[in-house]
Amino acid sequence: MTDYLIRGADVLGRGAADIAIRNSTIVDPELLDPTSSDVEVIDAGGLVALPGLVDMHTHLREPGKEDAETILTGSRSAAAGGFTCVHAMANTAPVADTAGVVEQVHRLGRTAGFTEVVPIGAVTIGLAGEQLAELGAMARSAARVRMFSDDGICVSDPLLMRRALEYVKTFDGVIAQHAQEPRLTEGAQMNEGVVSAELGLPGWPAVAEESIIARDVLLAEHVGSRLHVCHVSTAGSVDLIRWAKSRGINVTAEVTPHHLMLTDELVRTFDPVYKVNPPLRTDADISALREALADGTIDVVGTDHAPHTAEHKCSEWTAAAMGMVGMETALPIVVEAMRDYDFDFGDLARVMSSSPARITGASGHGSLEVGASANIVLIDPNSAHSIVPDDHATKGRNNPFAGLEVKTTITDTFFYGHRVLAGGELSTPHPAGASWTDQ
Amino acid sequence: MKHLLDTVSLSRDEAISILDIAEEMTQVSEREVKKLPVLRGRTVVNLFFEDSTRTRLSFEAAAKRLSADVLNFSAKGSSVSKGESLQDTIQTISAMGADALVVRHSGAGTPHRLAHTGWIDVPVVNAGDGTHEHPTQALLDAFTLRRALGGFPASGAVKDGPRGRGLDGAKVAIVGDILHSRVARSNVHLLSRLAAEVHLVAPPTLLPWGVETWPVTLHYDLDEALRSEDFAAVMMLRVQHERMHESFFPNEREYARLWGLSAARLAGLPEETFIMHPGPMNRGFEISAAAADSPRALVLDQVENGVSVRMAVLYRLLTGREETND
Amino acid sequence: MTQRTVLDAPDMKRAMTRIAHEIIESNKGADDLVLLGIPRRGVPLATRLAEQIASISGREGSAADLVGSLDITMYRDDLRGGAYRAPEPTTIPAAGIDSKTVVLVDDVLFSGRTIRAALDALSDLGRPAKVRLAVLVDRGHRDLPIRADHVGKNLPTSSSERVNVSLAEIDGEDAVTISGGRE
Repeated sequence: MTDYLIRGADVLGRGAADIAIRNSTIVDPELLDPTSSDVEVIDAGGLVALPGLVDMHTHLREPGKEDAETILTGSRSAAAGGFTCVHAMANTAPVADTAGVVEQVHRLGRTAGFTEVVPIGAVTIGLAGEQLAELGAMARSAARVRMFSDDGICVSDPLLMRRALEYVKTFDGVIAQHAQEPRLTEGAQMNEGVVSAELGLPGWPAVAEESIIARDVLLAEHVGSRLHVCHVSTAGSVDLIRWAKSRGINVTAEVTPHHLMLTDELVRTFDPVYKVNPPLRTDADISALREALADGTIDVVGTDHAPHTAEHKCSEWTAAAMGMVGMETALPIVVEAMRDYDFDFGDLARVMSSSPARITGASGHGSLEVGASANIVLIDPNSAHSIVPDDHATKGRNNPFAGLEVKTTITDTFFYGHRVLAGGELSTPHPAGASWTDQ
Repeated sequence: MKHLLDTVSLSRDEAISILDIAEEMTQVSEREVKKLPVLRGRTVVNLFFEDSTRTRLSFEAAAKRLSADVLNFSAKGSSVSKGESLQDTIQTISAMGADALVVRHSGAGTPHRLAHTGWIDVPVVNAGDGTHEHPTQALLDAFTLRRALGGFPASGAVKDGPRGRGLDGAKVAIVGDILHSRVARSNVHLLSRLAAEVHLVAPPTLLPWGVETWPVTLHYDLDEALRSEDFAAVMMLRVQHERMHESFFPNEREYARLWGLSAARLAGLPEETFIMHPGPMNRGFEISAAAADSPRALVLDQVENGVSVRMAVLYRLLTGREETND
Repeated sequence: MTQRTVLDAPDMKRAMTRIAHEIIESNKGADDLVLLGIPRRGVPLATRLAEQIASISGREGSAADLVGSLDITMYRDDLRGGAYRAPEPTTIPAAGIDSKTVVLVDDVLFSGRTIRAALDALSDLGRPAKVRLAVLVDRGHRDLPIRADHVGKNLPTSSSERVNVSLAEIDGEDAVTISGGRE
């Protein structure tokens, strides 16, 4: 493998420094000889270096819906977006509720070699919400699953949720809850509010999210377990999480780039690209979410990257699938969303890399210290361009930010020392094949 | 005006111009030849993804009185029920040479989507989409009200009808299932645009969240509303049977007792208050037979005016080139 | 733009009086006569003719019984192109038009397309015994085989010129002017 000397990048926004990579590890720059033909020197003046991004929430669709995305296309999309580790949600077909399926996802991720694919296990068999899946078997499998979620569906049965929270303590696991009270959201098509009243689309009220979060933080407190709340979307949820944290409850929370940026006013276009679950909310919610991300109440940004085929989006609103893609636009969008807040590159690295790495136990990610695995992303913060979904590596074209002007470009991604994205272009998978972590 | 998708984006002038054209259209039914050559050689496609014989017949009669050819497409028994996508259906219809689409769909926004995707480039008329809007129903209600409140026969041809007028100052109560009613939504926008004062009367469960932002006065109690306001017209909405077991109200008996236009409530109404209903009526439930059959009921006038109003809409959308600077 | 007056108010009054006499003469009185003005400016002209005919013939009943308006918007052959046109009211005298002599009244006869549309509109309303045409100005340049029975003034024009008819009822004054055209 080539060694790299990244010269003059603004490291975490704290000033220019050099970063050296030998094999798959960050080393002291003094150790590399820049004149050696084994060392590639990269002039990173004007670029910012961050630890490789970690996505706690992505849908790679394989197995089962390979027409929407595969683990390979999703991995390439991750690399293009600066993600060196992505957690693949369990709602595949078959559902990732057994050691066999999670090991398959794990293996396909390693074969793809563009990002570290960590499977998320289902909490309940078939996401049916009736019976716990084999959480222990998945944890002890080669995939070493630590995070479990029925995402797309809420674990609404309070007793089952309690049991799941308790059970995963065996292996320091975490339950990632999709907070959506099912009865309050039957047939829901968009945020319940002034816009839904006018459009006559069945509403998805904020209280359906908040009531589950309130219940779950109390359960987590009662049983002393870790809870992660997926895609928080309302101001009320932020208040509940802030309250829970102030009580010392072990809860972490996530927000998506789209919930930081877009509101339900867009539904007036009836364009299904804006159909997502939880739905786009209001300006007041956006303000609360941005503040919470800045002050640490919300721990991480998760993309909820959800590719769909054109058939599922080129339809009438009510028949369309819910979901948006977003790995390739996540970082530039978060930068735009947080522009007016006290939020620097260090904060960006915290919410998109080190915190998600800590919560999920992704030990190879989240740090630029000497000795850490060489998972690094370089970004150009001054390269205005508009977003063109057709140019993206994901198969999904359902990106709601098409045409939006952003200032940040992801130029390079180093994945365990291999430059999978070079100057904005995807290159080759990691040469160590399926054994890159064993370097 | 390229499409008629809703009433919320209809200006007062546009609305009045459609009502005025409809006045001309009422004349046709009195003529020797009950047909105008306006749309000769043009094809109007009735695209009904949801059953509604009444609305479809009304649009069909309107198009035929304007000499258009009419193709009826109903989703039942069609390829849509076999999983054909909306896009394929529309492009198929486009290939057959449609000049206008009249669309009824159970999902809110579908006509809007058809008008804006580029799958077909013809005027689209919303004939009812989910619980969103039903603009031609609101226009025919406004037409009927304008006639009745102006002292004219509520339907049929009249000389020197109420052209150019709105509904300024008229108090109109809309009673019943506002939440699930596209008729209510279209009427709230249109009647208030025509300067009527709109009152909504319903149990809180049947009002949408956020209704306080609408340009209306709200009442939960029908008797109190009827006591405190002098309504020029009371519009009763149909309560769908499937709503009756979803806990929007305890049971049919209680609903009829509290929000139905009973014979007793009818007797208490001022003599000049008109009664409207978009049909089909649940007699004995939201409206008593006494109210439905009373001389002040405009229900059949509404149906008759529906054809003239829909003629006016088709005329408005299918004649004249769209000005580029809209 | 140059503009010249070809008929002033007294000229127009004389022309209308002459047409009124001609109509009575050819109809042998004012019985079974209906004057239908074509909106917009044909309508006040028809009303003026009806008043004159009523007073000249000494016919019983009011002039209003003689006159109506016939909107041809929905019979035009150019509805698909051009700007959108709102239809104007059509009003027919209570006695109807069946077996009557209907005189169509318009301000300017040009291509003949308006009159073609008016004949179509008329045939959907009933079956007159005879249909005649009275116009204030005939400017020539016909596209269709149509001619007027009663003409206030024959006005040779070039096709690029504009003939403007002003009527007191609509425009505040009576005048016919020509504008535009090549020098």
